[in-house]
Amino acid sequence: MSTLEIRNLQVSVDTENGAVEILKGVDLTIKSGETHAIMGPNGSGKSTLAYSIAGHPKYTITGGSVTLDGANVLEMSVDERAKAGLFLAMQYPVEVPGVSVSNFLRTAATALRGEAPKLRKWVSEVKDAMEALSIDASFAQRNVNEGFSGGEKKRHEIMQLELLKPKIAILDETDSGLDVDALRIVSEGVNRAKDANNLGVLLITHYTRILQYIKPDFVHVFANGRVVEEGGPELADKLEAQGYAEYVGN
Amino acid sequence: MSVLTTNILVPHGREEDWRFTPLNRLKGLHDGSAAVAEHRSLSMDSEVTPGVSFERISRELLLSLSLTDDAVMNRVRELSSDVAVLKIAANTEVSSPIHLSRKTFDLNAAEFSRVLIHVGSNARATVILANTGDTLLAEEIEFKVESGAHLTFVTLQEWDAKTVHVGKHHAIVDKDAMFKSITVTIGGSVVRLLPTVEFTGPGADAQLIGVYFATAGQFFEHRIFVDHCVPNAKSRVNFKGALSGDKAHTVWIGDVFIRANAEGTDTYELNRNLLLTDGARADSVPNLEIETGEIVGAGHASTTGRFDDEQLFYLMSRGIAIEDARRLVVRGFFSEIISEISNTEIQDRLMQRIDNELSKVGA
Ligand SMILES: Nc1ncnc2c1ncn2[C@@H]1O[C@H](COP(=O)(O)OP(=O)(O)O)[C@@H](O)[C@H]1O
Ligand SMILES: [Mg+2]
Repeated sequence: MSTLEIRNLQVSVDTENGAVEILKGVDLTIKSGETHAIMGPNGSGKSTLAYSIAGHPKYTITGGSVTLDGANVLEMSVDERAKAGLFLAMQYPVEVPGVSVSNFLRTAATALRGEAPKLRKWVSEVKDAMEALSIDASFAQRNVNEGFSGGEKKRHEIMQLELLKPKIAILDETDSGLDVDALRIVSEGVNRAKDANNLGVLLITHYTRILQYIKPDFVHVFANGRVVEEGGPELADKLEAQGYAEYVGN
Repeated sequence: MSVLTTNILVPHGREEDWRFTPLNRLKGLHDGSAAVAEHRSLSMDSEVTPGVSFERISRELLLSLSLTDDAVMNRVRELSSDVAVLKIAANTEVSSPIHLSRKTFDLNAAEFSRVLIHVGSNARATVILANTGDTLLAEEIEFKVESGAHLTFVTLQEWDAKTVHVGKHHAIVDKDAMFKSITVTIGGSVVRLLPTVEFTGPGADAQLIGVYFATAGQFFEHRIFVDHCVPNAKSRVNFKGALSGDKAHTVWIGDVFIRANAEGTDTYELNRNLLLTDGARADSVPNLEIETGEIVGAGHASTTGRFDDEQLFYLMSRGIAIEDARRLVVRGFFSEIISEISNTEIQDRLMQRIDNELSKVGA
């Protein structure tokens, strides 16, 4: 049983015109087995929240706290956060030239498990994970995210989620740019990871579409760098009907 | 001290061709002050197969194939009493790579070495020259690739720390022939190499690729020249370099000359440098001179940058520690070129050396 606690988190980014405050005090608690949807308009700070939890160097934490089972996440390096059990499926997964998917996955698994996985077992583990997400076997020899389509990148993120078995996963607009089939495949992957590892999920999305496949226990509406409304799944239905207009007026 | 029979202009450093090179570290290779070594380090490690021969021929019997105004190369021609000649007879297909090597430990006297690699028409071969040891070497390798022949030449500078190596690798590529060179420079104190190509028949193809990795205090210069002096020839140049540590210095010059008669030329050259730490310097000068507009394409690109924070973040967000993430990125950067060497043992050895250099500086 794990708990990710975000308390009054304030984050700014450095710009040419000085630091700009983006997160203005975010409170969220995510426990193992729970699925929280964060919904909000573009530019409201959703990715900033995701990156800040993962430790991206671009963001400066100016206040508040993030803890995982009481441990101070904000003091951890990026890799330590992953080792502590956090995972971020990125909105824009990064291309790493010359590094094969297979080498990348094995290096990551070795780092997270503390020892190199047994080769035989690992090969079949990867094969199964790829098949489950309809990723062609040839992708193992491709360079990480290089030349992948938008949908392929997202499936590759969820494959990592299944292989690396985190405690809490943040999925940043994993649904965007996916057609119906890909959305279903990706959602099934997330649901498998939930079932297999009692994963806690922070599902960031702009649209309600993915919530038909991944059922949220809680919905948080995000606007202007903070949570402005919270509720159960019925809140998503309200957003579907009314949009974000009510929340974005300043 | 050697006695010179011709006047060789000693470079002083202001000449265009020498302006980056630290002449004071050349141990006299350029000005005649170096003692001349007796040894001939080049040896052939592969079995001699039918159609392949390796022998030394008196220099009087073998004139140089190309002109040069390079001071060090003229000294090589002056001072080497014989020429090592590797010959692949016409129509011979050599199935496995021919391994040549130099391995000398002598920093007191300089070797002046002339080499000719002659590939007869329609022959095919790969030649791998591995340089190890710690030595002073001035070297001229001329390649004659006859019509329709294919030659791949891999040259590995895996020297120890004090080596000074100045070399010119000049390929003369005839009609419909293909010359590919893979140049790897990861060891030595000063290495200055001139991979150059001259086409002698239409439809010729040259691909010059390479990697270099300079750490603190090392100077590696690669000065490429492709002379498009015939119609319908193609050339590709792609060099990638990484630098780390104080006063690591690399120079890449890519000169491509498309002469007035070289219609249908297709050329592209690329140089990418990765600066891993402060205090290192990468000079990169692509230079395209075009005398005819009737070409298929001509272009160049040059970039020098640091570690990509997004790449490191992505890898680390999967639990990979920063040192391992950097190692992956650097290996990935080089693998485009290293993977072209058709020998996994050598690939692994080079990657291992690159890892070692990387961990030395704690980059
Ligand atoms: N590096 C940056 N420089 C300036 N503004 C930034 C930077 N990164 C993000 N922002 C701004 O922060 C706000 C939130 O961005 P983001 O977290 O990506 O929103 P979302 O993911 O909800 O679309 C936006 O207004 C965006 O323009
Ligand atoms: Mg976003």
